[in-house]
Parts: sequence; structure tokens; C-alpha cells
Amino acid sequence: MSPLVFYPLAFVCIASAMGVVLSKNPVRSALCLVSALFCLAIFYVFLQAHLVAALQIIVYAGAVMVLFLFVITLLNLESDRGLGERPALSGIGFCAGAFVAASLVAALSSAVAPGSRGVVLPQTFGTTKVLARQLFGDYLVAFELTSVLLLVAVVGAVVLAKRDGSYEGDEQDAAPARQSEEAPH
Amino acid sequence: MIGTAHFLALSAVLFSIGAVGAVVRRNVIIIFMSIELMLNAANLAFVAGSNSLGSMNGQSIVFFVMTVAAAEAAVGLAVILALFRNRQTVAADEIALLKW
Amino acid sequence: MEWLIGGIESLGVILVVLTLSAMLLWVERKGSALVQNRVGANRAGVFRIAAPFNLGFMNTLMADPLKLFTKEDFIPAGADRLGHALAPCVALFPAVVTFAAIPFGDTIEVGGRIINLQAINLDVGFLYITALVSLGVYGIVLAGWASNNRWALLGSIRGSAQMISYELAMGISLVSMILLYGTLDMQEMVRWQGGLLFGVLPAWGVFYQPVAFLIVLTAGIAETKRVPFDLPECESELIAGYYTEYSGGKQACFMLSDFAEIVMVSGLVTTLFFGGWQVPYLDSKAGLGLPGMTPMALPAALITALQVGAFVVKVLFFCCFQILVRWTLPRFRYDQLMNLGWKKMMPIALLNMAATALIILLVEQGR
Repeated sequence: MSPLVFYPLAFVCIASAMGVVLSKNPVRSALCLVSALFCLAIFYVFLQAHLVAALQIIVYAGAVMVLFLFVITLLNLESDRGLGERPALSGIGFCAGAFVAASLVAALSSAVAPGSRGVVLPQTFGTTKVLARQLFGDYLVAFELTSVLLLVAVVGAVVLAKRDGSYEGDEQDAAPARQSEEAPH
Repeated sequence: MIGTAHFLALSAVLFSIGAVGAVVRRNVIIIFMSIELMLNAANLAFVAGSNSLGSMNGQSIVFFVMTVAAAEAAVGLAVILALFRNRQTVAADEIALLKW
Repeated sequence: MEWLIGGIESLGVILVVLTLSAMLLWVERKGSALVQNRVGANRAGVFRIAAPFNLGFMNTLMADPLKLFTKEDFIPAGADRLGHALAPCVALFPAVVTFAAIPFGDTIEVGGRIINLQAINLDVGFLYITALVSLGVYGIVLAGWASNNRWALLGSIRGSAQMISYELAMGISLVSMILLYGTLDMQEMVRWQGGLLFGVLPAWGVFYQPVAFLIVLTAGIAETKRVPFDLPECESELIAGYYTEYSGGKQACFMLSDFAEIVMVSGLVTTLFFGGWQVPYLDSKAGLGLPGMTPMALPAALITALQVGAFVVKVLFFCCFQILVRWTLPRFRYDQLMNLGWKKMMPIALLNMAATALIILLVEQGR
């Protein structure tokens, strides 16, 4: 990957990530996160992970972030105070973050010799076939378990988000909502 | 020439930004997004490692991380919805009922 | 050299898609006139020739964008200026670049160099298209949110809910197509559809997967957010939905992205279900061969021209079909829309996928 592509893209990626943390408006944070995730997908393409790049966009940009935006608009969140409320604590947080970043960068750079290109990759590296063979072979149990996890997550999300809570104690709160919605069950 | 070290450094920076966001922000949704950012930083490190070692294991793990992140987002956002419905707030420091 | 050819092809595809989208604007005006028994766009004419078209076609093509782009570009008070400006581009981008992965012809050989008539040839071309289709939501969300207008926001919420709901049914139906073709490469998918079924029918996907075809076409029309699925922008409830606060060039961008999406859906349906560039009974190597006859060899250039022509004709047919649907059907109610997506199309698509997987397994084992 040429530096001419890497550095601008990395800059956009980091700027978007900063935008997630610094924006006052949650919608803007979410859109910044989408942009950061999109940049990561482009990096994956250059790292010969085409399938992962496509999945990154389909899963994150197409599903997860839409869900985030949906919840934000549903809750009708106005801009909050951002970082302005406790500047001293935020400052400490950022200093600590910068320290973590510096030490991580130092540690990781020393772990890999700079400029090392590693091994020569086979032509089929990162293709769907190879990845699928691994997922349905070596990681079959884990793969099946994630499907169970997803099912549990779906059921859990429905139970948690259901408006007319099935608890008896919530009856008073839920009553008006139930009238207006006319629950189908 | 851009090597694995560059990608790892970028991943470290992104992770730290996410960590800072999770610590300093009060809005639960933004904390949640910062966590997603940290997960993605880890994914980048996995893919870079996979590329430099010539092994597909890194990419497989990214696949699993994405699945778990999707499940986490669904449940987490449902929790936030339920929370907002009960307490009309998404500020993390106002949700202190279980604290003593 | 490879890059150059790819670049030229990409540029060509983008230009063709944009021109086609602009032309569809005229086709839509004339088509709606046809359905409603009117004359339709006949005012923009310089050289009035007493013909059914009287060059209104060309003139409308020039007059409409000229009018839109010279209008005042209005930004409402309290709008997020960056988001407001960015939204039309975000909406247009995925619709236009999707076409890059759709093959419009077989590989041809020019001067000893093999050229693939597909702007970018990806191992995961199919997922590339699905990924870009799922990005289409952001244009709407951004437009609705940045406009600082409650109708726009309502429209964008409706739009995003509708698009993710129909993407599910569409995605599951597309999975059954992947199972059938056994590849994610669009060019390979088209090649797969080259032979004959029962010796008579062309082996197009639609004959193998009619259910998936209906679901993908319906979900595709829903993705373009036009009648009968135009709840995000229905004028009787939401003014103009998510682009209420847009005018001039930016609004033209939204219109253009609508039409580009129509072209995109047509291209996708053509490639997956109607054999892409395949002409029935015409083989790239052997030439024309009707059932029961020995193939007749044809010059390679003619075959390529026929194939590209067939692709264009098929795409145009589905574009016109979508326009006819848009002017024929009434609009759904929102609960009907959601019921159709979640309670009817989703289960049917799931059953179809399971049945496809089972049949393919049985066929493989019988082999």
C-alpha cells in the first residue's frame, strides 16, 4: 500500500474517530463513526481481506450504525453538553489516552520490524473460499455457537425493547401506550 | 512503503481514542460507539497481523468479532431504549441506582 | 495498462448510468402521460416537428437539468450546513458506483489483450453490490436529519426503517441465488446462465428461482422508494419527505439518485435472473445455435455487439417496467408495507432459501 493512500486515509480515519468522541450531537458522532468504519473497510481491501471489507460495510455500516441512528432519532436526543461540563476530568482523560496511545504505538512498533512485509501471500489469500473453508472447518463449533448467540441477542433485544413490559409492576406506565398501540397479542 | 507496523500504530491510536471516549463522555450511546471503535481498532490489528503472517486465522477472528459486535449492539441498544423509557436520561452518571 | 482499461470502463459505466438516469426522467414523464392518457412533456421543443416525439426528448433532457441547476439553492435556518450539502452526494454515490461490478459483456480479445467487459472484476463482486446497496440509507438519514425539519426527519426515519426491512428479504433471496450459482463473482454468475434448460429454455436464473426473482424485484422497487413504496416521501403526509428542504441542484441530485437506483435494480435483476449479457441460443465461442441445429459461427465483434445490446435491452425493459409499476399501483399504508416486508416476504424468502439449499444438497449427492 502506497504512503500516498495510507496517510490521507489514516488521517480521515483518525479525524472521524476524534469526531465520534468530540461531537456534541450524537447523530454527528454516529455519522463520524460510519466514516471511520468505511475507512477501515478500505484498509481491509488493501490488506487483501476483501470478504472482511465487504462484511465490514454490510454489517457495520449497513446494519449496526443504522440501528444506532435509529435509536438516537427515536429517543430524540438533543445535543448534550459534550465535553464542556467537566473540563479538568476530560483533560486528564485525554492525557491518559495520549499516554496509552504513545505506549501502545511504541510497543507495537518494536514488536514488528518496520517495513517488514512478512511472508509472500498466496494468490488465493483472503478469498471467500479460503475463509469459508476455515470458518466451516476449523472454527465450525465457534461458528455454530455465534448463530446461537445471535438468536439469543435477537430474543433479548425484543424482550428488552418491548413497550408493554411483561412485568405486573409496569402496568400503570404501560397502560396508555397499550391503548394507543393495540398490541396484536 | 507501508508495513504492518503502520497499521498496528493506526490501530493503537484508534483504540486509544475509543478508550478515551468511553471514559470521558457521559452519553451512554456515545460510550457505546466508542466501544465499537475499540472493537474495530482490534479488528484492524487482526487483519494486519493476518496479512503479515500469511494466515487466515486473523480474518476468521474478525468475522467472529463482527458477529458478536452486532449481537452486542442489538442488546445494548435495547437496554438503552428500556433505560431511557424508565428514567428519561442517557447520561451514564445519572444511572447510579445500583451504586452505593 | 490494466488500470487504464479499468479506468476507462469505470468512467464509461458511470457516464452511461448517469445519462440513462437523466433519460429516464423523460421516459417517466412520457410513461406517466401514457398511463394517464395525456400527451406529457411536449413544451420543451425548439424544432417543432410533427412527430410523436418532436425532439422533446433531447430538449427535455437539456431543459430539466438547466432549470433545476439554475434555481436558488436554499438552505433552511438551523440546518446542519455540512450534512445538508453532503446528503445528495451520499445518496447518489452508492447508486452510481454499484454498476461497476455488473458485467455488461463477455471477455473480449483486442490486439492479443483480454478485456473483461466489467468495470471492476471482484472475487466478492456480489457482496460489493450488497454492501453499497446497504449504504444507500445514509443519504436519506443525513438529508432528513440535517434539514432541521420534522417532516424531513419523519421521512428519513420511515425511509431507513423501510430500507433495512426490505434489505433483509432481498438479502435472503440473494443468498439462494448464491447457493444456486456457487460463486460470488458476477461474471461467473452470468456465464453459469449460458446453457439451455430442458434443451429449449435459456438457463436463466428466473426459471430456477422464480420466487427469489419476485422478492428481489419487489424489494428492489422498495429500495428505490417509489410508489407503491414511497412512504418516505409521500406528498399527502410528509410534503416531500426527506428532501422537503432541498431545492435546485441538490434536489436534482436526489432525483438523479432515484433514477440511478432504478437503473441499478434493473441491472441487478437482469444479471441475476435474466442472464445478464447472455443472448438465448447464442454462445460466445460456438455462435448462434437454435435447439436441434448445429451452431452457426458468427464474427466475434458481432457476438460482442449482440451481447452488450441484449444487456442494454434487458436493463431498459426493467427500467420501463418499474416506471409503469410506479404509475399504476396505489401507495401502501405504512403498516401494510411493514407487514409485507416482515410477515410475508421474509418467511417466503427463508423458506425459499431452505428449499434451495435442500434441493442443491440432494442434487449434489445424487451426482
